[in-house]
Amino acid sequence: MTPETHTLAPAAVADIREIKARYPVAQSALVPALLRVQAEYGWVPPETYDGIAELLGLDTEVVAEVASFYLLVFTAPVGRQVIQLCTNVSCLLAGADAIQAHVEAKLGVKTRQTTADGRFTYIVAECLGACEEAPCMLVGEKRYKRLTREKVDEILDRTDS
Amino acid sequence: MTQSPGTLGPDPTNVLLRHVNVPGQHDIDTYVANGGYAAVHRALKEMNPDEVVAAVDGSQLRGRGGAGFPTGRKWKFINRNAPVKYLVVNADESEPGTFKDRTLLEGDPNLLVEGIILTSYALGVRNAFVYLRGEYYDCHRLLGGAIRQAYERGLLGERILGTDFSLDLVVHPGAGAYIAGEETALLESLEGRRAMPRLKPPYFPAVMGLYNKPTVLNNVETLCCVPWILNHGAEWWMQQGPPQLYSVSGHVQNPGVVEAPLGTTLRDLIDRAGGLRPGRTFKACYPGGSSSRPLVAEHIDVAMNHESLAKLGSMMGSGAVIIMDDTTDMVKVIARVAEFYMEESCGKCTPCREGTRWVVQVLERILHGHGRPSDLDLLTHLSKNMTGTCFCPLGESVPPSLNAGLAHFRNEFEAYIARSNAAVPMPVRIKESVPVAGS
Ligand SMILES: Cc1cc2nc3c(=O)[nH]c(=O)nc-3n(C[C@H](O)[C@H](O)[C@H](O)COP(=O)(O)O)c2cc1C
Ligand code: SF4
Ligand code: FES
Repeated sequence: MTPETHTLAPAAVADIREIKARYPVAQSALVPALLRVQAEYGWVPPETYDGIAELLGLDTEVVAEVASFYLLVFTAPVGRQVIQLCTNVSCLLAGADAIQAHVEAKLGVKTRQTTADGRFTYIVAECLGACEEAPCMLVGEKRYKRLTREKVDEILDRTDS
Repeated sequence: MTQSPGTLGPDPTNVLLRHVNVPGQHDIDTYVANGGYAAVHRALKEMNPDEVVAAVDGSQLRGRGGAGFPTGRKWKFINRNAPVKYLVVNADESEPGTFKDRTLLEGDPNLLVEGIILTSYALGVRNAFVYLRGEYYDCHRLLGGAIRQAYERGLLGERILGTDFSLDLVVHPGAGAYIAGEETALLESLEGRRAMPRLKPPYFPAVMGLYNKPTVLNNVETLCCVPWILNHGAEWWMQQGPPQLYSVSGHVQNPGVVEAPLGTTLRDLIDRAGGLRPGRTFKACYPGGSSSRPLVAEHIDVAMNHESLAKLGSMMGSGAVIIMDDTTDMVKVIARVAEFYMEESCGKCTPCREGTRWVVQVLERILHGHGRPSDLDLLTHLSKNMTGTCFCPLGESVPPSLNAGLAHFRNEFEAYIARSNAAVPMPVRIKESVPVAGS
């Protein structure tokens, strides 16, 4: 292993090599590779850019530029769970603004901030493609539907407490 | 009928949604037991690729991703003799109000895989990609499983079903960028760059698409129609309506994906989604996602198809029907829609980047008690300047809401402005977003 890749876990390196092989052009593997690293650390530490660049044969600047573009590639540390609360139109029509106020008061954060105890990073999300369940949110990879204040309390209190 | 999670088993009143509530439908054995992969067996053994193209062309199928382009015609643009060509499936579904692709992928993921195999066979494609929205975590799992099983059964990979036809299929994860749904931005993203639209021409995907090779891009629902068309023929398909998915949400009692014949009236769609809440009346609706011009009460009997909606200055879009009753604050809704496009602007061109920001700033100050009487003219002016000037349709998605809002609900804007009170502190967020002058 080259010194550049040593900050990446061996399993991540193996996976990124496998991802790269799926594509006719290696750069296509960049976002999946970033997401793979994120699965390891919860976010993508800049120290890993060199390793990713090396594996895919790219410049480190390209990795940094692409990483910074995508909302779901976290380029700074996040809480143990990421909350994505939808506030787009269908959810707004179902009272998402009240849910938003409740979550923000309860957690003491605004969008893209992390709670002081490091439990949650909170993101005001756009339409999550689940408008029939409005208002809804994702906590990690799990979707919660027809939110009420009580339901939010129950979900957040039992998540990673 | 609305696809409702309560009823299990096939629903013979539906075509595209027929099996989404069948327990275990995501498993290939159940899928096959319900008639799945029959079209692949038939097409690969009994039809040549041109016959598959002709069947889809004859069905007059129109793309379900937003633009409504005839699928057969799109396929025929592809140079058949090009040695390398790609199929890319747009599963980035993120037009606000749209959830039909997710419903198909969660309920019947094999149907998309079958549609992809048939389309690739028709076009002579060796490598296909599904660009799947990052937030659709369950879909990633389910589609991944369906693809794995298709490989195991020899329906993907080398020499499918013993023929000369080979196909590899890769799911590519999106990572939270609405603009990546626009086809050329999607290709940029799939090539590992920032999702920003490409200039057309020369970058028409059919000519210079993925890795600059001829590429067909189709929406999930579009490709899910293909197995049905091949199984039953173009004529049957058209007799069914043709079947169209409408994502109906907002102020209806039973929001969900409604499968109905293309051209069903707005009134019928509301009924099929359980009707309005008791005692409420219809106020407005987005007929094709938040990029479409909102309709109002006088339009309640419009046929929800491309032609009728275009005549009203609106569009079919992704079939996302967002219903708003008389309790709706239209200023708030339009401000939220504008904010969405501001957040999602990729920043490549000025009218969109600065225009969306400016519109949001004006709408927010109106909402927060700082509106000025001149603001409505300013909004009209901004709307005009954003029309026909943006590089891609995203920037042009704010004017329809603004124009309809100012035409039909001007009194709501005026009421806010009349209540304005300079003593009310302005929220910090707005102070921070000072628009750049001269845009
Ligand atoms: C800003 C923008 C966002 C779009 N988002 C999507 C999307 O999420 N899914 C989709 O299928 N098409 C989307 N489209 C339409 C695509 O550009 C393209 O027309 C479509 O995927 C082609 O497939 P079809 O012919 O099967 O409809 C979007 C277009 C624009 C301008
Ligand atoms: S219109 Fe908006 S999203 Fe489209 S290219 Fe211009 S800045 Fe980007
Ligand atoms: S608007 Fe909230 S999920 Fe679509």
